[in-house]
Amino acid sequence: MSKSLTFLLMDAPYEQSRTTTAFRLISAALERGISVRVFAYEGAVSLPVTQQKPHANALHGRSLEEEAHPTPQAWVSALLEAAKEKGITLDWVNCGLCVDERGATEVVAGVRRGSPADFWKMATETANTVVIPTR
Amino acid sequence: MTSYLVVESRDPFESHGFVRRCELAAALQADGASVTVFLVENGVIAARGSARRRELEQLARSGVVVVADEFSLRERGIALAEIAASVKPVALDSVVEQMVLGVKVLWN
Repeated sequence: MSKSLTFLLMDAPYEQSRTTTAFRLISAALERGISVRVFAYEGAVSLPVTQQKPHANALHGRSLEEEAHPTPQAWVSALLEAAKEKGITLDWVNCGLCVDERGATEVVAGVRRGSPADFWKMATETANTVVIPTR
Repeated sequence: MTSYLVVESRDPFESHGFVRRCELAAALQADGASVTVFLVENGVIAARGSARRRELEQLARSGVVVVADEFSLRERGIALAEIAASVKPVALDSVVEQMVLGVKVLWN
């Protein structure tokens, strides 16, 4: 398949299951050789922030390694890497105003800054678009 | 014919919106569209036969296809044997397949 798809994400990390579902959908598309364009809006601009740190689980007595809890920034990096390995595109755009509001400026390599106009462009250039809104 | 995929992620016992979305799906189908309701995350709570969600049975009778994300079912310990006859378990990949075909996706 050579078509590409657009996803608009809005939830901040560690808030909703729908972010995990969105990552699963993006992964499924990439696995099928479909290029993906992501527009991260509002809280979703914090998904690729590099300051996120995994932690041990003192309550269950598990170390950092045993807990092996992935961070959203690691998922974003893994998706970008998966696209590269497949020879397809994952274009991840963070809304610039949303970034400035949240100070979410340090992000993983491969994420670029844009504006809602980029979302309009994505929606008009790809086969289909889904908006995964906040609750 | 316009096709719609109505994605429902909310627990039907927590959100009144679940019933509204079922009404929307039924209305779109009655208007001549082809409609699939995709239950995901806590939306799959409605897929249990014991949940007795008449909305889903009515949708199925009206021709709306009702499916549930296998992963979300497993996450919540809902066995395939517990699922209502009107609901079919599917992989999340089916959303991607529908999107590629140009189906309009409404996410709730």
